[in-house]
Amino acid sequence: MDSAIQQKTSRRVRAIEVTTKILFLVCSLVAALTLLLIIFFIFSNGIPAIMEVGAINFLTGRTWTPTHSTNPQFGMLPMLYATFISTIIAFILGSKIGKWGAIYLMFFCPKKIYRPIKTMVELLGGIPSVLYGFFGVAVILPFIRNNFGGTGNSLLAAIIILTMMILPTIINLGEAAIRAVPNHFYEGALSLGASKTESIFKVVVPAAKGGINGAYILGIGRAVGETMAVIMVAGNVSRMPGTLGDFFQTSTLLAPVRTLTSGIAMEMSYASGLHRDTLFGIGVVLFIIIISLNLTLAILNRNQTNYAKES
Amino acid sequence: MTAFEINNVNLFYSDFQALHDVNLKVNKHEITAFIGPSGCGKSTLLRALNRMNDLIDGCRVEGEVLLNGVDIYKEMDVNVLRKRVGMVFQKPNPFPMSVYDNIAYGPRVHGIKSKPQLNEIVERCLRDAAIWDEVKDRLKKSALSLSGGQQQRLCIARSLAVQPDVLLMDEPTSALDPISTAKIEELVIQLKKQYTVVIVTHNMQQATRISDNTGFFLMGEMIEYGKTSDIFSVPSDKRTEDYITGRFG
Ligand SMILES: Nc1ncnc2c1ncn2[C@@H]1O[C@H](COP(=O)(O)OP(=O)(O)OP(=O)(O)O)[C@@H](O)[C@H]1O
Ligand SMILES: [Mg+2]
Repeated sequence: MDSAIQQKTSRRVRAIEVTTKILFLVCSLVAALTLLLIIFFIFSNGIPAIMEVGAINFLTGRTWTPTHSTNPQFGMLPMLYATFISTIIAFILGSKIGKWGAIYLMFFCPKKIYRPIKTMVELLGGIPSVLYGFFGVAVILPFIRNNFGGTGNSLLAAIIILTMMILPTIINLGEAAIRAVPNHFYEGALSLGASKTESIFKVVVPAAKGGINGAYILGIGRAVGETMAVIMVAGNVSRMPGTLGDFFQTSTLLAPVRTLTSGIAMEMSYASGLHRDTLFGIGVVLFIIIISLNLTLAILNRNQTNYAKES
Repeated sequence: MTAFEINNVNLFYSDFQALHDVNLKVNKHEITAFIGPSGCGKSTLLRALNRMNDLIDGCRVEGEVLLNGVDIYKEMDVNVLRKRVGMVFQKPNPFPMSVYDNIAYGPRVHGIKSKPQLNEIVERCLRDAAIWDEVKDRLKKSALSLSGGQQQRLCIARSLAVQPDVLLMDEPTSALDPISTAKIEELVIQLKKQYTVVIVTHNMQQATRISDNTGFFLMGEMIEYGKTSDIFSVPSDKRTEDYITGRFG
């Protein structure tokens, strides 16, 4: 009798276990499958377009006139360049500010203001990018216009807004990475007579390197992928902002630019034929950039322990 | 000669009083052991000696702790104190960097930059901590790749590298196997020639094997303090006797 009950319950337990296992499998497959579908559709539309235009032409051409009736040009270099420059500079600024902000929050922030600041940073990370765009239109553009002239719509505006947008990502993930470093490293450093600052910067932060690199890559990813806010402030002209390389010229920074993502987003609604397919081609390039970023992270973190992931 | 003189120390974690009126003297070049049941305040007292408790919010110390006659809470910079009073933790905590950099970290922080000098310090400390032969060929390897016992000796070497006067050790062998434990005990006995050692241990045999003096603690009070041989053969307090004979704790 007793053993009959036991058998029955254990069979039920097993049934539940198998069902949940399958359920979880399906859930994770949905995510994986989505990725595969995205890759498939972008590449199957984009690659032929790139072939037709010619990969070199496509990547290094400086003229983008897809709707020209007799001789349409598909040179995406200006967009690639704008994405590249705005991301790099925003990243250099944002990663430094973000890392220092995370260190401040973790080690130096008075208890009383920790919660408010932390909550605001988290909120900043959660607000839709259109709202950043509003801020750009209402504050950054007039600021640039009044101080440097022009309309304000510019590479500089894109850089500023992207810097702001990647900050919460880097601060939040960076702080989590630093917080995950076991406290005994900190205590070990202090016990040698190292000051608080020396302990933090020479032991704790290096130990958090794996997690901080992860925060950086996500930040860059966000900067590369950001579309809406950039459309609202960058001016969206597909033209090289100055000559290659001299992006610290005022004229370069003040030139209106169009990034890869804003290019796609703005033209998709009316594009057709080859034009539409070249937009997928831009998607291919975007995708390759993101994949390379993640690979870079994996290589950088080959030998790093990521305490945030371990615990 | 007295290294530490602890006078009427009361220690509070916010409202909770963890130490009650502790008085004791730690002699130089001797090994002093703190024993007692879990939660009696051994670690708390130990961490009061290098002000590690400063890190804990709401922790408050009353009374005075003198190191060579100087009040460590009122008259000494905390970083100077910690340079002079090193600490080895229960769980080995080598930094996630190379063996060499672990040892060199302290000297570097205190301003030593010359490579030959650092090399000399690293070798000497690793030798003093009886681990040189095991790591001399892997100085550039990550310290985390060492075994637990090796890591702990590395941590001892790391403490020695800043030339402390006193070494505090909080159950340094409790995470280790018997062979590693024996090695560390031997090492600690060697170290007392040059350093003063205060060690917390749960292992009664360890206390008898290595220490010169023993303090027995119970619920934040120091019940008895004296020569280790006396404490373990003719304890003057009934509670000490009960504890060392294993009747409680
Ligand atoms: N950070 C803290 N905040 C509040 N109370 C604490 C804190 N650390 C320790 N205590 C309390 O102080 C008392 C003494 O703790 P302590 O860690 O010194 O004991 P111990 O003798 O080292 O014990 P064990 O042998 O288990 O390591 C305990 O009651 C403990 O709960
Ligand atoms: Mg303890």
